[in-house]
Amino acid sequence: MSRNVKRDILEKVVEAIFLICALVGVVSVAAIIIFVFYQGLHPFFGSDAYSFWDFISGTRWAPSEDVYGVFFMIVASVLATLGAIIIGVPLGVLTAVFIAEIAPKNAVKVIKPAVELLAGIPSVLYGAFGLGVIVPLIREISPEVQGQSLLAVIIVLTIMVLPTIVSLSEAAIKAVPKSYREASLGLGASKMQTIFKVVVPAAKSGILSAAVLGIGRAIGETMAVMMIAGNPTQGLPDSIWSMVRPLTTNIAMEMSYSSGRQQEMLFATGVILFVFIMIVNLTLIRLTHKAGEKDK
Amino acid sequence: MEGTAMPKFTIKDLDLYYGDFKALNKINMEIPQKQIVAFIGPSGCGKSTFLKTLNRMNDLIEGVRIEGKVLLDNTDIYSDIDVIKLRQRVGMVFQQPNPFPMSIYDNVAYGPRIHGIKKKAQLDEIVERSLKQAAIWDEVKDRLKKNALGMSGGQQQRICIARALAVEPEVILMDEPTSALDPISTLKIEDLAVELKQKYTIVIVTHNMQQASRISDKTAFFLTGDVIEYGETSQIFNNPREKKTEEYITGRFG
Repeated sequence: MSRNVKRDILEKVVEAIFLICALVGVVSVAAIIIFVFYQGLHPFFGSDAYSFWDFISGTRWAPSEDVYGVFFMIVASVLATLGAIIIGVPLGVLTAVFIAEIAPKNAVKVIKPAVELLAGIPSVLYGAFGLGVIVPLIREISPEVQGQSLLAVIIVLTIMVLPTIVSLSEAAIKAVPKSYREASLGLGASKMQTIFKVVVPAAKSGILSAAVLGIGRAIGETMAVMMIAGNPTQGLPDSIWSMVRPLTTNIAMEMSYSSGRQQEMLFATGVILFVFIMIVNLTLIRLTHKAGEKDK
Repeated sequence: MEGTAMPKFTIKDLDLYYGDFKALNKINMEIPQKQIVAFIGPSGCGKSTFLKTLNRMNDLIEGVRIEGKVLLDNTDIYSDIDVIKLRQRVGMVFQQPNPFPMSIYDNVAYGPRIHGIKKKAQLDEIVERSLKQAAIWDEVKDRLKKNALGMSGGQQQRICIARALAVEPEVILMDEPTSALDPISTLKIEDLAVELKQKYTIVIVTHNMQQASRISDKTAFFLTGDVIEYGETSQIFNNPREKKTEEYITGRFG
């Protein structure tokens, strides 16, 4: 009897430990959300409230004059992310197709670890690489005087989203049943026809998830971007040569020395970033959910 | 074009190796036109492997080496025909129904499309004709846009047969096409095969000896990579010449 009691208690204790572990993540997310939103929404309420419309539509950021407009940063973040995805997705999917379907085993042994290593490089090194290599190259061909630009950001972000897109797309492509390939080849389709008309369409939902995760990665990237974006304090980018100030770098550049309203406005910038990430995640859940239903 | 006496396939001294393992041993066989030929034998005897040499699906497997000749209408399929052209002429139906995750219509239209047919009217006609030939038109004509994976196993297999027919092959290879199906669906596929032999040469691998005796004109018995006996189906089942054949069909092994 007593042994059973002991066992029952042990079971309960272990269960509790699991629960606590699981709660760490949930509590952290909740705490961050509450903190960021509390701080970030504060300046828009109360007696000397800042107009939310001015904040979200303004194209000038000048804390010393109590002017906080972030519209040009939103545009910068969206354009940089869009650019990275437009180049990164085709590049990544084709790489994944190559690794999964075409490349001889020896080539896979080189390409795959190389792409995976790309994911492990700290973002500050991407920034250094961007500043040391890509920015000077752009300066050579740019009509502007400086090389820091939207284009530089897009190029670096493209490289940074590649590993996510490649490994997830590759997994999706590998998961396509062999029987589809056999059926297609058996009908007299060539290898390329089989890949592009059967295999890639069948992996569509996985590839879409990869793209969405890539978006999440690109929009949240800070350190590398900060070093190559130029970070002007006003003005919408009017070409890929323009300097930009994405939402993330705005927070990173000023948070360490700011206080009062300026600091709150940085949190407000964070709220906007949060909304973007939320949209990305909800889309992802939608996508994977749909894909799961289809498999049944 | 050809005389009825001329075989569709002529196989001469065919050896097949998986790496060092010899899976087929000096196969010699003639497969007549517009008949059903069944391959029987225990698992691992080489019957499926041999079937796949007839449209070169074995090319997909690494380390496969083939010696000897396979002639389709007297042309060597390993040297004188483009493999894509070959597979257009020699279609295949697989063990597991394997429709693509697309609509029924797109499944059947897949073959014609990759071979360059783009006109909607022409595709419509091919799809309808193929589904009718595969005896499934009445069941699916109102839901051609539905995903083929939503159909039952038996329906999926007939859609796969329709898909194979849509490229207008001369030969249809069937690799245990009913092994994953229920008895009623099995019967439908068997009836279909008998119907189709008026226009097509059919080679079917089966585990099911009753199936072979019901539908085939000729039967080949395989054992460990050898063809032990090949002849008229009635002769193989009623009056086998080889002792091993008799033992197998009476269920003493396998």
